[in-house]
Amino acid sequence: MIEGISIYEILALTTILFFIGVYGFVTRKNLISILISVELILNASVVNFVVINKYLYPDMLQGVFVSIFIIAVAAAETALAVSIIINLYRQINSVEVKDTEVMKY
Amino acid sequence: MNISYIILIPIIPLAVFLLLGIFNQKIKPAISGYVGVFGLLASAVLSLYAAYQYFFVDGKVDGVYQIFVDKTVWMNFTETLHIDMGIMIDPISVMMLVVVSVVSLMVHIYSRGYMKGDEGYTKFFAFLSLFTFSMYGLVLATNLFQIYIFWELVGVSSYLLIGYYYTKPSAVAAAKKAFIVTRFADLGFLIGILIMGYYTGTFDFETLNNPEGSAILNWASTSFMGLSVITWALLLIFIGGAGKSAMLPFHIWLPDAMEGPTPVSALIHAATMVVAGIFLVARLFPMFYFVEHGFALNIVAYVGAISALFAAIIAITQTDIKRVLAFSTMSQLGYMMMALGVSGYDGHEGVGYMASMFHLFTHAMFKALLFLGAGSVIHAVHSNYLKDMGGLRKYMPITNITFLIAALAIAGMPPFAGFWSKDEILVAAFEHHKLIYYIGIFVAGLTAFYIFRIYFGIFWGKDKSYEHKPKESPLSMTFPLLVLAAMSIVGGFIPFSEFITVDKAGFEAHLNYPLATIAVSVGLVGIILAGVFYKKENNLADKWANIFGPFYKWASDKFYFDEIYLFITKKILFKRVSEPIAKFDRKVVDGTMVGIGNKTVQASEKIKGMQSGKVQDYAFAFVGGTVVLAIVFIYLWTN
Amino acid sequence: MERIIFYILALMMIVAAIASVSSRKMLRSVIYLLFVLAGVAGVFFLIDYNFLAAVQLTVYAGGIIVLMIFSVLLVHHIEMKLEVAKISKRISVALACIIGAGIFIVTIYSYDFNVIGKATTTTTAEIGKGLLSYEAGGFILPFEVISVILLAAMIGAIVIAKGNKLESNNTETK
Repeated sequence: MIEGISIYEILALTTILFFIGVYGFVTRKNLISILISVELILNASVVNFVVINKYLYPDMLQGVFVSIFIIAVAAAETALAVSIIINLYRQINSVEVKDTEVMKY
Repeated sequence: MNISYIILIPIIPLAVFLLLGIFNQKIKPAISGYVGVFGLLASAVLSLYAAYQYFFVDGKVDGVYQIFVDKTVWMNFTETLHIDMGIMIDPISVMMLVVVSVVSLMVHIYSRGYMKGDEGYTKFFAFLSLFTFSMYGLVLATNLFQIYIFWELVGVSSYLLIGYYYTKPSAVAAAKKAFIVTRFADLGFLIGILIMGYYTGTFDFETLNNPEGSAILNWASTSFMGLSVITWALLLIFIGGAGKSAMLPFHIWLPDAMEGPTPVSALIHAATMVVAGIFLVARLFPMFYFVEHGFALNIVAYVGAISALFAAIIAITQTDIKRVLAFSTMSQLGYMMMALGVSGYDGHEGVGYMASMFHLFTHAMFKALLFLGAGSVIHAVHSNYLKDMGGLRKYMPITNITFLIAALAIAGMPPFAGFWSKDEILVAAFEHHKLIYYIGIFVAGLTAFYIFRIYFGIFWGKDKSYEHKPKESPLSMTFPLLVLAAMSIVGGFIPFSEFITVDKAGFEAHLNYPLATIAVSVGLVGIILAGVFYKKENNLADKWANIFGPFYKWASDKFYFDEIYLFITKKILFKRVSEPIAKFDRKVVDGTMVGIGNKTVQASEKIKGMQSGKVQDYAFAFVGGTVVLAIVFIYLWTN
Repeated sequence: MERIIFYILALMMIVAAIASVSSRKMLRSVIYLLFVLAGVAGVFFLIDYNFLAAVQLTVYAGGIIVLMIFSVLLVHHIEMKLEVAKISKRISVALACIIGAGIFIVTIYSYDFNVIGKATTTTTAEIGKGLLSYEAGGFILPFEVISVILLAAMIGAIVIAKGNKLESNNTETK
């Protein structure tokens, strides 16, 4: 744990990061930007896991494990997302959201 | 008595109907005609055999004809109230079997000649068989509900046959009219059946008609508007019967039904179906007689008498020979109703009942003969109208003779069939109800007059210039005429009173000479008048028509009954009742539903844009929703 | 001292995150994200999870960010300016996010966490043993699963990124 910093402050920080990520996810028009926002959200949750593990259950390591898994899954997800983006770019020459909205009505 | 073979009588025409109906296109007309005729022949033979067995061999026990019933439960409602399907053999149903099968057989044979070359030849025979089957079912029915089922089947086949020339608008209109009018009357019948079932707990004729049974003894237990509910039920049932038998005021469909082919008119609208109403009243006669001391029966008598008079007057003025015969049918049916209405119950008191059935039998023969004769004439000159006919006796000798026999029979001349049955009716009326007797005797005169009016008009008078020279019809058409003529001659000598009576015991009927003399002389007066008016071409008829003036006009316009109905339905019912209801339905009921639908569509058009296909919009909705739910559940909904 | 470092880190992360989601240049946006990830790693260092911080730096900063930069360079011109959403939408989303964050923070602050003030140092060996342990509390099964997922993702990424090219080649040769 950090000297002089309570769990509340860290959780508040991650909350803010999380909602910044949500904001970006909703407002950005570019697929890579959306991917970045998703990374923000994931990181916020990773920090949460770790902090709660450290502050509330210092003798255990579950939060750490879950964080490692989240990081691993995030890596996999990013790799897939990037491949999809590249594929899409090849097909329609664009990675803008407005060009990929075929799933409507 | 073994009655199990009787089930074959209706089954054979049904099988013929199915065969001809299903393989309508595949069967050659020549074959279908034979199939129809031989099917009917088989069932007619069976019917005659059944009649012989019943009346002469083992129907009678201790001098009383027994009722034989073979039935199974079809639908169960309560312990006592159930609908059965089965056959019931008693004097009147056996007699009706004979009438239906003989007339139907004759009409089948006749149709082979009359309908030759018609496009729907096979279809026609299929319909005829369907009708015959329904009619058998009707007369054999064991209970009110079964009779109702076949009653409607008969109505449907009548509809199909009237509208047989479905390319002719008038035939279509007539078929619809017949169906709607009789259907409307059947509504009364159905309500009557339901009331009857509710208050007596049974539909069964045997139980209902038992004079010592609870249905008759307890008639006074429930009353409604001053009459017993059973009386109301009987009156409603009688409305159904009046609809089928073309009694006033439900007669309007019968003249129009003449749009159908003439054999159909002979079979359905003269000999068999229209007597269903008579048969129904006869079937329930003990109820009519005992409940409320015969109140309903009096109504039957008056309706019959008025219909007889009314139709006879109209018949005088009509120029279409089939319409004359149609009104004549209505008049004779009125006669039968009237006879039932004035009948008593035991022994010789029940002469009216016997006379009614007797007249039903003889009338079926000579009226079928008249219609078939008229059909033969129409076949020869291709017109229904009296003005196109005249002097045909030289060209069509057989038709002339048979028609004359039938005319004499209906006019009540001895020794033809009509004389005997009409005499019994007049005796019954004379003994029980003087007013009705006078109406009856007047109608007898009118009958003689109008029937000889058309007889002289067709076969005598001046020879018209025919385009094609009329010639006698082929054997297939004249053979039935001859058979029916023979029946019209000898039919009257059948001692009906020994076979068909209310109490089924039989009695000795004697000719009442004074009454018979009066009736015959009235009939002779009618015939002579008709001879004076119409035998030679003269203007006497027109002169007399002018003397009667407006009355003649009324009668020839059928007393404006059609117009009154049209006025009531179109101007009052449709305009004042149906139209506002239709408007209400369209505007309010439909409007609400359509409005809801339209609003839904509009709303969905508007919110369709929300399904933008952009994941981000969905994500925003998700986040926003989560936030709102969080607010609601964390802060607002905290008990 | 640690407190000040945390505040500096927190400030840096928030500013970089906001810049990352609002920058109109793609590459800058990715670099700002790198700052956030580094900040997260710093937080891990501060709470004494050194291994995790190292993983964070290598996987995220070293792998994911590089991957993203590659993709950006592959599909964009560096100077291209990104489109942004309508101002009304941005405001409404921002409002919803602020309200959501407010609710979260208020809820967090109103909850009484049972904090155990105990400073234990976790070694990498412990984490490794925990991950590979098949006894109670062991994570061997998820570890294996994640390995398979990584392999599948790798193959999938190659197939997806290459598949269409092959297909179009085929159609061209026809």
